[in-house]
Amino acid sequence: MIVQSNVVRFDGISLDSGATIAPVEMAYETYGELNAAKSNAILVLHAFSGDAHAAGVSPETGKPGWWDNMIGPGKAFDTNKYFVICSNVLGGCRGTTGPSSINPATGCPYAMSFPVITIGDMVRLQKMLIDWLGISRLLSVTGGSMGGMQALEWAVAFPDSVVSAIPIASTSRHSAQQIAFNEVGRQAIMADPDWNNGNYYGGALPARGLAVARMVGHITYMSDDSMREKFGRRLKGKENFSFGFDVDFEVEGYLRYRGSQFVGRFDANSYLYITKAMDYFDLTTGRGSLAAALEKTNARFLVISFSSDWLYPSYQSQEMVRALRSRNCDVAYVELQSNYGHDSFLVDVAEQTDLVRGFLANTFEKAQ
Amino acid sequence: MTATTPKRSGFVRELLGRSDYAIMGEIVEPKTRVLDLGCGEGELLQWLAENKGVDARGVEISGLKVQRAIARGVSVFQSDIDEGLADYPDQAFDYVILSQTLQETRHPRQVLREMLRVGRRGIVAFPNFGHWRMRLAMLLSGRAPRTPLFPYAWHESPNIHLLTIEDFEELARAEGWAIERRYFLARHRKVAIWPNLLAEVGVFLVRR
Repeated sequence: MIVQSNVVRFDGISLDSGATIAPVEMAYETYGELNAAKSNAILVLHAFSGDAHAAGVSPETGKPGWWDNMIGPGKAFDTNKYFVICSNVLGGCRGTTGPSSINPATGCPYAMSFPVITIGDMVRLQKMLIDWLGISRLLSVTGGSMGGMQALEWAVAFPDSVVSAIPIASTSRHSAQQIAFNEVGRQAIMADPDWNNGNYYGGALPARGLAVARMVGHITYMSDDSMREKFGRRLKGKENFSFGFDVDFEVEGYLRYRGSQFVGRFDANSYLYITKAMDYFDLTTGRGSLAAALEKTNARFLVISFSSDWLYPSYQSQEMVRALRSRNCDVAYVELQSNYGHDSFLVDVAEQTDLVRGFLANTFEKAQ
Repeated sequence: MTATTPKRSGFVRELLGRSDYAIMGEIVEPKTRVLDLGCGEGELLQWLAENKGVDARGVEISGLKVQRAIARGVSVFQSDIDEGLADYPDQAFDYVILSQTLQETRHPRQVLREMLRVGRRGIVAFPNFGHWRMRLAMLLSGRAPRTPLFPYAWHESPNIHLLTIEDFEELARAEGWAIERRYFLARHRKVAIWPNLLAEVGVFLVRR
């Protein structure tokens, strides 16, 4: 499969906060071919730490995309049939303008002068991309976790541009618990002296803080079961306790590894901005109730949650489904049984594949 | 999915292996909105969507069945029927189907009321507990009856509210529902007389 990696530049974008970012660049990839009627386009939206590289093998890094098990020829998002687009979100650090980008007004990275952004802002920038690609209606908008929030925002903000939405392991608003975990991550970063009020570019990175933030994140993405299965109480490379504070347990080693690995690929300030955008997300803001927010949408919905996901529990998906039903929207919903916690949508994809494939085929047929 | 042609009068053809489905397939008008409660894997809904062009939705409690229904392109959501209807606005559907499920619900009257609130018409099919075979089985064995229609031992039966055709008619009268059509089936034949004794399954088209 050919991976097309691109960057597009727009004059600027006005944000929910009232601020403007100008110009603004956006990294995106596409897979498959857009048909003549432009009716087979699917926008895939990445989760918190994802990027535009959703599928195939990156020509630069040689790495597979973050949803490569779902997108490709013959897969759930079948690139023989559909044209799949994925972009890096506004505020990100993987090619789209974010706090690590150079502010043309100063010639320096934005750092903390980058305006605070929202999920709505991310979606409006994606809409600019879709318009620029000449696509007026998306067959589907889909994503897990924060990607699901964007999919919902799409259906509500641009009801005429969305034929269907597939929010997975997601929510229509961040809960206190979700905000709390994000705040722990932010505080870990900001407590690192190397964070230096966000001005660390060109110097030492706030590696400790960012790694700790990521460690907390990874715990929330797993489940008690999956951690027990994966690590148990096994010791890492030793027979006995060290009676010290080096890595004793495998789970400690794993978290430290994932934490330090994250520092190499993610910007600490992006962490702050993107988690804040998630925390601000509430589909009812300025729209009254959830049912009122969904008033204009006539998209079909496939909502999926996972039994062991305690970070985005099923009740949040069900809340969404109930509101859709009260609007008499066409909605399918199922809670899939999985032990992998919030990560399920990325790793446990066999059943998810059947659901998405059937739903899309039917949606595509109806839309022709 | 072709239905067999009627061989003689009184014979009911099958749809997807079931006579009550065939009757529902007949009742439902094209291009309508249909909600099937306890829709299983969505076979009837898929048939109605493909052959009658209906806007088909379903409710099913089993996650595995919901998965299979969605995989075949039917919009089904996982929920308990006893709770699944509350969110729908009034008269959201032309038909609400309850097929062989009424006797499994916790609050059958409430479910029927809700059906007729969210749907302009209800189609209810249920196994007739008044069938002679049941009566005879109970009379002769003195035990909770087991017949081909009600094959379960009492302790593992999903059927918690057993009813007869007369029971349903009586409830409809008490609630003021109009029964627009009624069909009585034994195997593949329509039952013309003594339905409460001879019918294995009753199918009713009801409105409020």
